[in-house]
Amino acid sequence: MIVVQQKPLDRIRQMIADYDKILILGCGTCATVSFAGGEKEVQALASILRMADKAKGGGKQFLEHTIKRQCEWEFVDEIEPMVKEVDAILSLGCGIGVQAIAQRFPDVPVLPGLDTCFMGLPQEHGLFSEMCAACGNCILDLTAGICPIARCSKSLLNGPCGGSHDGKCEVSPDLPCAWQLIIERLTKLGRLRELEDIKPPKDWSTSAAGGMRTIDRSDLRITSQDATPQGHEPN
Amino acid sequence: MKSKSKLEKLLESGHFAVTGELGPPPSADAEIIKKKAKYLKGCVDAVNVTDGQTAVARMASWAACLLGKEEGLEPTVQMTCRDRNRIALQMDILGVAALGINNILCLTGDHQSFGNHPMAKGVYDLDSIQLIKMVKDMRDEKKFQCGDEMDVEPRLFIGAAANPFADPFEYRVFRLAKKVAAGADFIQTQIIYNVEKFAKWMEAVREKGLHEKVKILAGVAPIKSVGAARYMQTRVPGMDVPDAVVERLRGVPKEEVSREGIKLCVDIINQIREIPGVAGIHLMAIEWEEVVPEIVEQVGLLPRPQLS
Repeated sequence: MIVVQQKPLDRIRQMIADYDKILILGCGTCATVSFAGGEKEVQALASILRMADKAKGGGKQFLEHTIKRQCEWEFVDEIEPMVKEVDAILSLGCGIGVQAIAQRFPDVPVLPGLDTCFMGLPQEHGLFSEMCAACGNCILDLTAGICPIARCSKSLLNGPCGGSHDGKCEVSPDLPCAWQLIIERLTKLGRLRELEDIKPPKDWSTSAAGGMRTIDRSDLRITSQDATPQGHEPN
Repeated sequence: MKSKSKLEKLLESGHFAVTGELGPPPSADAEIIKKKAKYLKGCVDAVNVTDGQTAVARMASWAACLLGKEEGLEPTVQMTCRDRNRIALQMDILGVAALGINNILCLTGDHQSFGNHPMAKGVYDLDSIQLIKMVKDMRDEKKFQCGDEMDVEPRLFIGAAANPFADPFEYRVFRLAKKVAAGADFIQTQIIYNVEKFAKWMEAVREKGLHEKVKILAGVAPIKSVGAARYMQTRVPGMDVPDAVVERLRGVPKEEVSREGIKLCVDIINQIREIPGVAGIHLMAIEWEEVVPEIVEQVGLLPRPQLS
């Protein structure tokens, strides 16, 4: 899932300062599971913003609404009547949601109420940890199902480095050394010898920083949508 | 010979090598390099010039190498993967070789969060093992990482680091073997205060016959104060400072601690020289370069052999 958290309130108030009528839009999927942008959080944020506005003399109006997913047109479309009435949308979705709304409603400002943090796993209630860096070229078969790209602070492919101590990373005593975990698991699986091979430099061209990545499954596409922004193929 | 390195020549001819370390300043001050070089000249066979150690922005290693070379040192450029991708690394590798720098130490690098720019984006396009392999392929195959060929190869003597004290201990020799397989010609270890643990590591190194494939220089450093010992014991990642070391320094009057620190270093060097398979020492008197001549003298490693 995509793990998100709410931006500091001051920053949100700064963003909405210029607008009078604002739609606070929640997202029913990852943002809800992250306890940052679901129906409850929309409600709570709206009340806080109303109170803060009142203390400053008032005048702002906040609409509340949560859709099932901000990253699917079907659900984004349903807010069109509401969008026509507001000056801005404060999205409590991830960066994908914010951009989907911006693309769908070109005339209305859309503001991010959340920070999109990482792709991760809800380990337990209230604890999320990063698991995948979306490098576009999965090597989990080589690393015992533990990703060093996302979980080693230096993304080493031939780790662990000299900073691994008592199973922890040199960067923080709270951070488990991903390579220690990989070694332990490979040992358990009787496959430690696999680490003897030198892993060559990774092909990062499938990863981020090459501009927007797009997967075009022409076998699945129903219409040719020339208006849809196109990026490069990740492979 | 793989390179024009004086260090390679010395090690290959069976001499017990002594290398030193020089940290470039966090400024454009060339005079500091010249001053530090004076202490090291004639006492060590080669000098590692650090590359933004502890992730603090400092004068570039290659530039300080060149200044050191002008002062008569044989520099070893340190190169980390933290700040450069494979394009920049290869450009620097070609550059240092063209400038007549003959030794390179390939490192992953201290994480940027330790330094004075913790908000910087770390690069880590390659890791140290991939860097070693890349330098070797450039030198021996005349090939860039992408496979393109070059006319004039960088003839560098390739070094790598090893930390016998990091975890998991059992994996450490395994990792050394990987560095050797990748193409390391010499190894410089983490600073040794726990000689017993180092000896145990060397035993495993010999079992695998690695000491015959790579020259191992044992890292040593004098400690200036009890505070410095405590700091290394508790705060520096990958360091193993036994309590006995701290106690020894605590056991002398305050004004004699730095003397005792030098004695301790001399004792450790003498113990290390007894361990089979050790090809030399790497003496890191960081910001205390003036004691290098004294230490090397006391362990009977002066004068340094002169090779034609």
